[in-house]
Amino acid sequence: MDRYRLPFDAEVAERVQEAADVFSLYLRIPDPDLARDYAFVPGQFNMLYLHGVGEIPISIVSDPEEPDLLMHTLRAVGRVTKGFEKLKVGDHIGVRGPFGHGWPLAQAEGRDLLLITGGLGCAPLVSVIEYVMRRRERFGHVTIIQGVKHHHDLIWRPRYEAWMRQPDTTVLLAADVAAAGWSWHVGLVTDLLDQVPLGPQGAATMICGPEPMMLAAAQRCLQLGVREEDVWLSMERNMQCATGHCGHCQLGPQFICKDGPVFPYTRLRTLLGRRGL
Amino acid sequence: MMGTIPTATNEDAGFLARERLATLLEAGRALGYRWQGPQLRDGAIVMAPLEEPSALPWGTGDRQAAGEYRTRPGDPRRAFAWANGPQALKPLVFAPRETLWRVKRDAQGRLAFAAETPLVPRTAVLGVRACDLAALELQDRHFLAPGREDPHYAERRHALLLVAVNCTHPAATCFCASTGDGPAAQTGYDLLLDELDEGYIVRVGSQAGQALFEQLTLRPVSEAQWQAAASATEQAVAAQQRVLPPGDLSGPLFGNLDHPRWEVVAERCLSCGNCTSVCPTCFCHRQDAAPSLDGASSDQQRSWDSCFSEGHSYVHGRSLRHDTRTRYRQWLTHKLGGWHAQYGRSGCVGCGRCIAWCPVGIDITEEAQAICGGGEHG
Ligand SMILES: Cc1cc2nc3c(=O)[nH]c(=O)nc-3n(C[C@H](O)[C@H](O)[C@H](O)COP(=O)(O)OP(=O)(O)OC[C@H]3O[C@@H](n4cnc5c(N)ncnc54)[C@H](O)[C@@H]3O)c2cc1C
Ligand code: SF4
Ligand code: SF4
Ligand code: FES
Repeated sequence: MDRYRLPFDAEVAERVQEAADVFSLYLRIPDPDLARDYAFVPGQFNMLYLHGVGEIPISIVSDPEEPDLLMHTLRAVGRVTKGFEKLKVGDHIGVRGPFGHGWPLAQAEGRDLLLITGGLGCAPLVSVIEYVMRRRERFGHVTIIQGVKHHHDLIWRPRYEAWMRQPDTTVLLAADVAAAGWSWHVGLVTDLLDQVPLGPQGAATMICGPEPMMLAAAQRCLQLGVREEDVWLSMERNMQCATGHCGHCQLGPQFICKDGPVFPYTRLRTLLGRRGL
Repeated sequence: MMGTIPTATNEDAGFLARERLATLLEAGRALGYRWQGPQLRDGAIVMAPLEEPSALPWGTGDRQAAGEYRTRPGDPRRAFAWANGPQALKPLVFAPRETLWRVKRDAQGRLAFAAETPLVPRTAVLGVRACDLAALELQDRHFLAPGREDPHYAERRHALLLVAVNCTHPAATCFCASTGDGPAAQTGYDLLLDELDEGYIVRVGSQAGQALFEQLTLRPVSEAQWQAAASATEQAVAAQQRVLPPGDLSGPLFGNLDHPRWEVVAERCLSCGNCTSVCPTCFCHRQDAAPSLDGASSDQQRSWDSCFSEGHSYVHGRSLRHDTRTRYRQWLTHKLGGWHAQYGRSGCVGCGRCIAWCPVGIDITEEAQAICGGGEHG
C-alpha cells in the first residue's frame, strides 16, 4: 500500500500553543526518501493518526517550498484532537497524504486576490497568504479578511499585523464580540466586504470557514461584482478514508476528499446552505 | 433487455444433466476453487461454503413483499427457483469488517505501519443473479476506479469465479427489468446457467469460465431447450410489477430537497440501516482504531457503515443529518441521483432487497415515484 492508504511515521519537532484550545504541530518525516518525495499544494490536507485513538483530516498550513517541517494547526474539539493536544516534542504520529485539490493559485496569478476566512478556517488560507507574500510580484492587490467569534479567538495576530504593513495589501479583521484593545471591526466578516477595493476585473476570491459564513460571504461578493467563476470555497465533512471510498464526505454527488476540499462556487451553488446535505 | 433467443449453433454452450451437477463442483475444485453457493439457513437462502449439490435449496421457493421474506416449498427438480435472499456478492468482496493495517510502537515511540493483506482463497460462486453481477460491476467502478484501487477489495475481487444462473422466479419486490439489469445476465459472469426441469444450459462468458467449461461433459443444447430458457426469461420479465422512474433522477431528486414526502417517509422509517446493509451497491464504511491491551500495537479496522447512522455525517461535534428525514433523503438522493455523476448510472440494480428487508416495508420505487413522479421538478 502507498502513502495514501498506509500512514507513515512522523515526529513532532515543534509544538506551539496558539490560543487556549488551538495548537500547531510541526512534523518532521524521519524517512529521508519519503521526506524528499512528499510534496503538496496549499489547500490540501493530511490524515493525521494518533496511535490507538484514530485518524482525522487536517489542513496543511506550511509553505509547500519548505517541506522539511509540515505544519498543522488544530483546535482541540473532541476525542482525537484532544489526544493530539497532549503530544510533546519528540512524540510520533502517523500521516497519510496529501489529499485533495488545493486552491487555484496558478489561475489566480496576475489577479487581485480576496481571501476571506472565519475562525480556524484561516489555517488553510494562511498557507496561501504566505505563498503569495513570498511571490508578491506575481499577484495584484491582496485583501485579507478574517473574522472570529470572540476577539481572543484571533490567532497569529502578529502575522496579520505584519501583512498590514505590506505594500498593496489590505487586511480587515472582525470579531463578533470584542473587548478593549480590539481596534478593528466589531461584527460580521460580510460587513467588511463593502470596504474591499474591487477593480473592474473583480478578484480571485478564496473563502474558508463555517458553511453559513462561506455562503453569506460568497453571495455578498457576487453582489459586489465578483464573477461567480472566481469564487472558491474549502469544504469539510466527516472523513474516514480520504481516498474516495468510505462515502462519508459526500455533499450531493461530490466526494469532498477527492473532488475537493477546494471547490469552485459554481459546483456547490445548489448544495450550499441546505440543511442536512 | 428481453432475451434474444440464442441459437443452438453457439459453440460455447452445452447441456449438463441435473444428475451431473456434481461434476461442475468437482471440476471447479480441480482447478483450485472452493465453492460458495446458495443454501437454506435459518429460513433464508444465503451464500455459504458449498460441498455437494445436495446442499443446494432444492424444492425451495420464496415469497417476498414489502417488509416480508419467507421461503416456501417449490419444484423439487429446481435448485434455483427463488429470488434473491438477503446477501449479494458484497460480503465476498467488501468484507463487513476487516483490518487495513497494523501499527507497532517501539521503545522510542516511533511508529511502524504495516499493511494487512487478506489471504483470499480462489472462490467460485454458484447461483449468482443478474442483479448481483450488475451490482458487482458498480462496486468495481467504486473500489477499482483507475488510480484509486482499494487493495483489499481488489484482492477479494480477483479471487472470484462467477457462475451465474438466470432468474426464472422473480419476487414481487424485484424490478431489475425496469433498471435494465436482469432477470437474464448479460455480462460479468464466467459461466452462465439456465435451469430447466432436466438440467442446465451452460454458457461461457470468460477465459476462466472456458477453462471450467472444458472440464465438463456436456450434450448439445436442443432447440427446445433454448426455447424453454428464453421463454422462462420472458416470463420473468413479464412477472415484474414494480418499476423505477426511468433515466437520471438527479435533477428531480436534488431539485426536490424540500418535498413534503421526505417528512412522510421519515414518519415510518426507523433509521435502522437494514436497506443499506442488504443493498448490493452501498459502499459506505467507517474506520476505527482497535488498540491492543498493552497499547503497543493497534489494528486499523474498517466496517460497513450506513448513511442512516448518527456518526455518518458527524462533523464538528454534531451530526449534519440528525433526523430521519435528511438521512432517508441522503439514501435516495445518493442511490438514484448522486451515482449518475459519480459513476455514470443509477446505484440501484432493482434487486428489491431494501423493500423486502425493511422492517416497516418502505418501497424505494414508491418513494422515488412520489418525489420524482409528478410536478415540482426543479
Ligand atoms: C478537509 C478538512 C480539513 C480540516 N482541517 C482542519 C484543521 O486544519 N484544523 C482543525 O482543527 N480541524 C480541521 N478539520 C476538522 C477536523 O478534522 C475535526 O475537528 C476532527 O475530525 C475532530 O476530531 P475529534 O476526534 O477531535 O472530534 P470528535 O468530535 O470526537 O470526532 C472525531 C471523529 O470520531 C467519529 N465520531 C465521533 N462521534 C461519533 C459518533 N457518535 N458516531 C460515530 N462516529 C463518531 C467521527 O468519525 C469523527 O470524525 C478539517 C476537516 C476537514 C474535512
Ligand atoms: S436500492 Fe434497493 S432495490 Fe436498488 S439495488 Fe439497493 S437494495 Fe436493491
Ligand atoms: S451514502 Fe447511503 S446510500 Fe450512499 S452508499 Fe453510503 S450508505 Fe449507501
Ligand atoms: S473521506 Fe472517504 S470518501 Fe471521502
